[in-house]
Amino acid sequence: MSIQSDLKSFLDVCGELFRFNSRFFTYGFKPPYEFSEFLKQCYVIGYKSLPLIGLTAFIMGIVLTMQLRPSMADYGVESQLPAIVAIAIVREVGPVITALIFAGKIGSSIGAELGSMKVTEQIDAMEVSGTNPFMYLVVTRVLACTFMLPILVMLGDAISLYGAYLGVNIHSNTSFNLFWSQVFDNLVFGDVLPAFIKSFFFGFAVGLIGSYKGYTSTKGTEGVGRSANSAVVVSSVMIFIIDLLAVQVTNIWGL
Amino acid sequence: MTDKKTTEFTNDNVLKINDLCKSFGENQVLDEFNLELKRGESLVVLGKSGSGKSVLIKCIIGLLKPDSGSIYVFGENVPDLNHDELDKIRSKVGFMFQSNALYDSMTVRENLEFPLRRHSLGISKKDNDRVVLAALEDVGLAHTIDMMPAELSGGMRKRIALARTLILKPEIILYDEPTTGLDTITAKEIIQLMLLIQKKYNTSSLIISHDMNCVRLASNRVAILIDGKCYATDTYKNLLKSTDSIIKQFFD
Repeated sequence: MSIQSDLKSFLDVCGELFRFNSRFFTYGFKPPYEFSEFLKQCYVIGYKSLPLIGLTAFIMGIVLTMQLRPSMADYGVESQLPAIVAIAIVREVGPVITALIFAGKIGSSIGAELGSMKVTEQIDAMEVSGTNPFMYLVVTRVLACTFMLPILVMLGDAISLYGAYLGVNIHSNTSFNLFWSQVFDNLVFGDVLPAFIKSFFFGFAVGLIGSYKGYTSTKGTEGVGRSANSAVVVSSVMIFIIDLLAVQVTNIWGL
Repeated sequence: MTDKKTTEFTNDNVLKINDLCKSFGENQVLDEFNLELKRGESLVVLGKSGSGKSVLIKCIIGLLKPDSGSIYVFGENVPDLNHDELDKIRSKVGFMFQSNALYDSMTVRENLEFPLRRHSLGISKKDNDRVVLAALEDVGLAHTIDMMPAELSGGMRKRIALARTLILKPEIILYDEPTTGLDTITAKEIIQLMLLIQKKYNTSSLIISHDMNCVRLASNRVAILIDGKCYATDTYKNLLKSTDSIIKQFFD
């Protein structure tokens, strides 16, 4: 009985999320466009996330290099370390780790912000003030997440590779030019493009789920906390699901 | 004393509600509710907590859709209006929320500018500033213009919410529990401010409250909401003298 009711509530949430998603596509491309709010959200979501994303990417680059070195040395392919690290970072580790950090920071903040706006009637006040709150709050945030995450992923990858360069140089002496020429000689279009495209989907999922959880928040301040928490959990799981689908698609296309 | 069912909108009325029904699942909150608000009048809707007062006010402003019945505001039936028509009505009807609903991420100035910009009244930036300052002066808080809502006290937030409600010069102001959460002195100040504003701008007021001080000081008429129906409508003084046991429980 409990499993049945759990399954029913899970399906209910899936249905509501689907409706919320449809509402986004209904309103998202209709005037009036909330362009100034979109730019403000790009600043808050993109620019203000850069220090955190940059720091974690930098550390990730160093750690990944240091972790890979002993195994590669065992197989005698230590010289290929820059190439392997670059492929790992650009194809998988960079987009997924950046998206997870992004979900933790932005997903929770959107969930909490919209949730508190909902329980303190600010969303109703917006509607009374002649504004469509869905367009003003949800569409702008989802679009900002969708466009900012790929940029953050690219910047994060670059910072991560710089961290990898420092990581390589902890135990050996590789010149800056040699490191980067090895990186770019081994990276192909098929490594960069799928990772770039999937990061749009990651951003969309984080924005949509954060907004959905906040916008449908109930039960006062307790509900706000729950919204923020479940925004992070659900969007993190969604990132892995999208990643799984993306790898299937890229394999089919031979990228 | 019991409110009579009314169906036609007249020029004397700015608001007329006929047979309004609203339920949430099995819970029938409003059940054939009838009410009218006259031009320049201050009507308090009195009821117990959870009796559907806030639901009523949200139906009037179009935030909730009633199951049946009509709500005529300036002759337009709110449930039948499309989004643009509803916006037009909302520019003439101010709504002060119970929780104030000030936007936390905006300054006081931006909070007040928001409805001005959104209702596309074609006001220039310079006039915007003038209107915002005038509304803040009306509530005696011009010095808070660049402050954030979090920096204000409860009473100040209430006044700012009132200033935001006033900014479009509405003809009707709907107050949802305007004195909730305030101490007696601040509550009295807010009520006096409401009366002052009503006199200055000749607005009609519909006040939702269970605060008897507010009912006594702010009302021309009182409507009592019980079991989703308008049980009685009369002046405060007449209701105070009533021998009806249900009415008496509000005034004892």
